Order: sequence, then C-alpha cells, then structure tokens
Amino acid sequence: MSTQTENTSNAPSNEPSPKKGATGWVIFAFFVIGFGFSLLGGWVGFPKMLYTEVPHPIDFNHALHMNLVYDGCNSCHYFREDGSFSGSPTLNECRDCHGFVMGINENEEKFVEEYVLQDKEVPWNIFSKQPDCVYFSHAPHVNGAEMDCAACHGDIGDSESLRSYQENRLTGYSRDIWGWNMSRLGEPEHAPRMKMMDCVNCHVEETDSQGSCFQCHK
Amino acid sequence: MQKIPSHTKARHYGMVIDLDKCTGCATCMVACYSENNVSFRDDESVKLLSINWIQVYKLTNGKPFPDTEVCYLPQPCMQCDGKDFGHPPCVSVCPAVATDFDSPTGIVSQITTRCFGCRYCMAACPYHSRKFNWWDPVWPADMQNYLSPDVSPRMRGVIEKCTFCYHRFQQARQKAYAEGNPEDIGEDDYQTACTQACPSGAITFGDLDDPAHEVYKLKNNRYAFRLLERLGTNPSVYYLSTRKWVHRACDNYLENEEPAAFANKQA
Repeated sequence: MSTQTENTSNAPSNEPSPKKGATGWVIFAFFVIGFGFSLLGGWVGFPKMLYTEVPHPIDFNHALHMNLVYDGCNSCHYFREDGSFSGSPTLNECRDCHGFVMGINENEEKFVEEYVLQDKEVPWNIFSKQPDCVYFSHAPHVNGAEMDCAACHGDIGDSESLRSYQENRLTGYSRDIWGWNMSRLGEPEHAPRMKMMDCVNCHVEETDSQGSCFQCHK
Repeated sequence: MQKIPSHTKARHYGMVIDLDKCTGCATCMVACYSENNVSFRDDESVKLLSINWIQVYKLTNGKPFPDTEVCYLPQPCMQCDGKDFGHPPCVSVCPAVATDFDSPTGIVSQITTRCFGCRYCMAACPYHSRKFNWWDPVWPADMQNYLSPDVSPRMRGVIEKCTFCYHRFQQARQKAYAEGNPEDIGEDDYQTACTQACPSGAITFGDLDDPAHEVYKLKNNRYAFRLLERLGTNPSVYYLSTRKWVHRACDNYLENEEPAAFANKQA
C-alpha cells in the first residue's frame, strides 16, 4: 500500500512545468557566459600564466651603434673563419670601446660598472635560442640563400630599445619561438616564428624539400 | 627518406676498414666516446650493458697453439642502404620516424629526441649497432663541462648509434658555404673521429661514389667484403682481409662453400 501512495504523490512532477521555457533560456545564458569566460581565460589569461617577462640585463640601443660602426650588423655579429657565427658579442669585443664610461647614459654606466670593470660576461637574453638537439648554421642562410638579417630577426637593427623578452615558464624558451600570437594566425608581430614547421615550410618553398632529419637535428 | 633539396649534391659516405692492419688497440672506441659524448658506467665490465658507437670484436680461427690466429674487427654502424638505397632494416621498423635514411649523404640518422625507446630498430639491426640507454648518463666530477656542444647528449629510454660523425659533415658544409663554394667538400674536410684516431691507418673514410676518394678504390679491392653481405642490407662499411678464415667468420657459409674473394682462385 505504501508504495502505491508514493507513486501517486510523485505523479504530478512528470507533468510539463509552466516554467520550462524560462529554464531553457537560463541554461543557454549560463552556457554562453561560461563559453565567454573560457575563451577569455584561454586567449588572455593562459598566455599570462604560461609566459613570464624577463628583464634585459642592459637595455641595448642598436640604432645608436649602427650609426657608429662601419659594416652594419657584421661589425659585431660576424662569421668566423670556419664558417661558424659569432652570435652576441663577448665582453672583450665591447671593451674595445667601452673601457670606461663615454657618455651620459645610465645603461652604459651600468654596463661598465657591473660588467666591464668586474670582468663579467653579460647574460643577454637570446630571442631565437633553440633547444640543444637543433642544429642551425647561419652560413647556408646568409651566404647560400643570401637572406638579410632582418628576414629572420626583424628590424632589431633600427630599434633604440630592446623589446620585451618573455620566457615560457615550462620550457624556458623565448616566446618568439612559438610566436607572440597564441593562435599562430596572421603575420608574426616582431620576427618570423621559429618552430620546426616554420623552418620546414620555408625550406619546402625554397628548396623543394623539407630536408632530412639530420639536416637540422643532432 | 626525404627528397634531396634542390641545391644539394647527393653523396654516399662509407668506410673501408683493413682488418689486416687493425691491431685491436681500441683507440677508435676512445676517440668515439669523447667525440660523441657517449656515456659510460662505473663498471664497464658487463659489455652487454655498455654503450658504444664503434666496438672492437675479437675473432679467432679456433685452431690450437701453433696455428692460432687472431683478428680484431672494429664495427661501427654499417649505415645500410637497404635494397633500393633508402630502406635499411632499422628505418623500416621505426614507428616514430626517429631514424631515417639521410639521402644527401647515405647516412642513417637517429634523432634521439624523437625516439621513444620501443627498441624495434635494435631487434631489426643484424649487426647489434644500436644501443639502448637504460639509465640517464652520469658524468664523473666536472666532466659534464667538457662535453662536445656539437653532439647532443642522450637521455634514459632512447636508442643511440654511430652517425659517421655527422656534425663534422655539418661543419665542413658550413665552412664550404662561408668560402662561397657549398658543394666543395673534399676528402680531408670531412673525416670521422675514429678514422683520424686510428694509429695504424686501418680505417679509410670518404665518398664511395667519388672516384677521387680512397674508399672508392679500396671497396673495389678483390679482398673487400661486408658483414653478412648476403642478407641484402647493403652496408656502407667494407672490410679488407686477405685471410680466408676472417671472411668465413663474417658471414654464414656452408661447409663446402668458399667466400666470394677466394672462390675463383681455386677454380
């Protein structure tokens, strides 16, 4: 008997509720708001969480130096005799001019006092640093394919101040490698992106082959 | 196997090892260890667990005292071409494309960061040329600071093998580019570490298809042979020996069968 009573008391809840249409809209609104928050979190919040801004040891002025040297980029970033590339200049090369403070510039003062006088190499942030397993040589690109420095590094030579360097908290690599745009759509903001497929795409276009594994890996 | 880039000349690097000159000193192994950041263990007495890219084997003719002869056989990766220049046994089985045939040089590549350690290639290789990292490498004291930056050290759980010092090819190529003649890589510009280290000059290295290179002449020597040649793996490493029993030891012959180099002599 008792079960029968329960069945009858439950019966009315199965009938259509007059409020069902309104509930549907509420669920839909919640979905839209939730979707909006997820997108916002993904596009705005996630990059902030993934990347951290690393200050430069010294705010280097490329434009100022370009006016003073004779051979453009090659004056400081040059090829050695064996074809290897010098990369960022070492303290010894800077010291030729910056043995003592020459101008009124807080960056130069900092450079001379903290690095030159203490005989300490500057730990420059390298925007294009690749993992250890990657082999890259400048010679085939600059001498063989006759590419300009700016083709890969952007117009850094004309800049008066170093742009922001962001480091991936998980991998420790620069944000320039993935590219500043998280979706990797459109033209890159500062310089071409440098993930493996970015190399591959250019190689396929220029040499008709992505090359073998060993061409770029060690 | 990738298409050769349009501006690249195809080469076919190979090695000829004269077994009659080899004294078994293992300098090639030491040179290889230091050149390629090959890790070693505290106790290297268990040879089954040691990692090496070139290994010196000891062969004996099995005869009692007055007739006993010994031959030492240095064995790097054979850099097999496979039947059709591009399909070595290890490459065919790799599910990760971590190993591939490098068509511009004929060298079998091994990308350790791509390898996930299934060891199929190890099983497929008839020469035991591939070694597995069962442990992370541990370098004694401050030796880590003296590793070569040209070769990336490996980690636990991946396969490694001889690459014919490919980084030296890259360096030679880089220099050729800087000098304005990218295809001009001479015999002396690219030599492996073991070749240069061998004190008796038993190892010769170069382009097997280039008549100007020493290996071209040596591989056509009457006494040249390759390990397990009849498997069809088509190795790029040739051996030289005038001793018949050495030839016999390096392949599976029937009792009444003669190695190719000696077959015609008797007829």
